Amino acid sequence: MTDAREAVTRAHREEWARVVAALTRRFGDLDIAEEAAAEAFATAVERWPADGVPPNPGAWLTTTATRKAIDRIRRENKRDDKQKEARMVHDDEPPGTLGVIDDDRLRLIFTCCHPALAVEARVALTLRMVGGLTVREIARAFLVAETAMERRITRAKAKIKAARIPYRVPSAEDLPARVSGVLAVLFLVFNEGYLATGSAADPVRDDLTAEAIRLTRLIRALLPDDGEVTGLLALMLLIEARRPARMSAGGELVPLHEQDRGAWDAALIAEGHRLVRERLAAAAAGVAPGRYQILAAINAVHTSARDIRDTDWSQILALYDQLVRLDPSPIIALNRAVAVAELDGPEVALAAVDRLEPRLAGYHAFHATRADLLRRLGRGQESRAAYDKALELAGNTAETAYLTRRRDQLR
Amino acid sequence: MQYLVSVIDDKENPGRTDRQPAISEFNERLIAEGHWVFAGGLADTESATVVDNRGEQAVFSDGPFVESKEYLAGVWIWEVPDLDVALKLATEASKVCDRKIEVRPFR
Repeated sequence: MTDAREAVTRAHREEWARVVAALTRRFGDLDIAEEAAAEAFATAVERWPADGVPPNPGAWLTTTATRKAIDRIRRENKRDDKQKEARMVHDDEPPGTLGVIDDDRLRLIFTCCHPALAVEARVALTLRMVGGLTVREIARAFLVAETAMERRITRAKAKIKAARIPYRVPSAEDLPARVSGVLAVLFLVFNEGYLATGSAADPVRDDLTAEAIRLTRLIRALLPDDGEVTGLLALMLLIEARRPARMSAGGELVPLHEQDRGAWDAALIAEGHRLVRERLAAAAAGVAPGRYQILAAINAVHTSARDIRDTDWSQILALYDQLVRLDPSPIIALNRAVAVAELDGPEVALAAVDRLEPRLAGYHAFHATRADLLRRLGRGQESRAAYDKALELAGNTAETAYLTRRRDQLR
Repeated sequence: MQYLVSVIDDKENPGRTDRQPAISEFNERLIAEGHWVFAGGLADTESATVVDNRGEQAVFSDGPFVESKEYLAGVWIWEVPDLDVALKLATEASKVCDRKIEVRPFR
C-alpha cells in the first residue's frame, strides 16, 4: 500500500515531464496533455495499491494518459471534424524519434521558455508543465494568489496556442540563445528558493532549489555538450552544498566567512567540482567559458578552501575579471569588489564600490557591502547608516536578521 | 497561419524616413519566399476618421480612435507556419523599417 503510494510519488517526479511532453507532441495541445497526465496520475493513485505497480510505470502512465486524452477529444469533437479526430487518435509519427535533440521533453521546455512569453509566465509554465508542480505550489512559491497564478498559466497556454508558438527544439543557429533563456528561467527559480523574497515567506525554499537542480540535471542529460548547462548545474550544486551552514539556529543568515564548513554537503561539492573540472578541461582546449561556468569556478574556489583564510582570493579576482569582460553588470562589479577587499584592503574596495552608487543605490547588497567595508575601516557612524539603508531595501527575513545584528554591534 | 504585422512609429522619436528602398527589397523577398499576403503604409493619424453608428445617428470624429505618441504606421499580413518564423521575419523587418513591429495572429 505505502509502496504503491511511494511508487506514484516517484513516478510523478521522474515521469511527469515525459508523459506531458509525449502527449503534447501527439495532440499538439498543452491543456489536453496536462489534464490527461493529471488524470493518469490520479488513476495510478487509485489503481496501483490494488493492482500492484506496473513493471514500467512511465509507459503505463503514458498509455493511460493517451486514452484519457482520446476520450476527451471524442467527447468534445462529437460532431465536428471527424478527420481531425482520426488524425489525433491514430499516431502515425514514429514514437520517440531517436537522438537526444528530438526528445519530447526538450521540446516542451523550449516551448514553455519561449521568448515571446513574459518571464514570469515562462517560470510558472516550466514549473507546471515540466516540473509537475501544482498551481497552488507555484503560487505559494512566488507569493501570488492561486487564482492569479492560474490566470498567468492559462494566458500563457492560450498564447502558445493562438500565436502558434511551435512545439520543437530550435534550429542549431538559434539554439545557444534559446538555451540561455531556459537557463535564465531555471536560475531564477533557484535564486528564489535560495533567497526567498517577502516577509511572509520562509527565507529558504528548499523545494524550489531542489526543483531547479532537478530540471537543470534533466537539461544536462538532454544537452550534455552545452558548457553553460553544465556550468549552471555545477553552480547550483556548489551553492546548494552550503545550505546546511547558511542559516543559524535562530533563523539568521550566516555569511560565507562565518559558516561552519564541516556542515557543507561533501557529496554535492564533489559533484560540483567534478563538473567544473570538466569545463576547465574544455576551456583549456579552447572553448571560451560563459558566465555560469565562471560563476561555478568562483564557487569551486570558495568550496575548495577548508578555512576562509585558505581562500585563493587572487584566483577569485582573476575569475571576476574574466566575468566582468563578459558581463559588465554593476552587480558583478560589486561582487568583484568583495574579492578586491581581501587582496588590496577595504579602502581600495570601498572606492570601487562607491563608483557603483548611481546604478546600485536601490539594491540592498550594495549598501550591505558598503556597510561591511566601512565597518572594517573603523568608520562606525557611516557604516551604521549604510546598514540602515540595506535594511530598508532587504526583502529576505534571514538576511534582515543578520544585517540588524551587524548594525547593532556597532553601538 | 496568418499574422498581422504592425509597424509602430513614435511621434516623439520617429524612425528614419529613407527606408522605402530597403522595405521594397524586403517585400520582394517575402513574395519570393511565399510569406507575403498584403502590405500597406498608412497616412498620418490626423487623416483618420472614427465612425460610431451604435446610437441614434452616426457620429463622425476627427482623428484616430486612440491618442498616443505611438501609432500604427503600416501593416503587413504574412503567411508563415508558426510564430518562430514570424518573429524571425519581424526581427528583420524592425531593422529594415527602423521601427518597432508588433506580431499578432489572426484568430
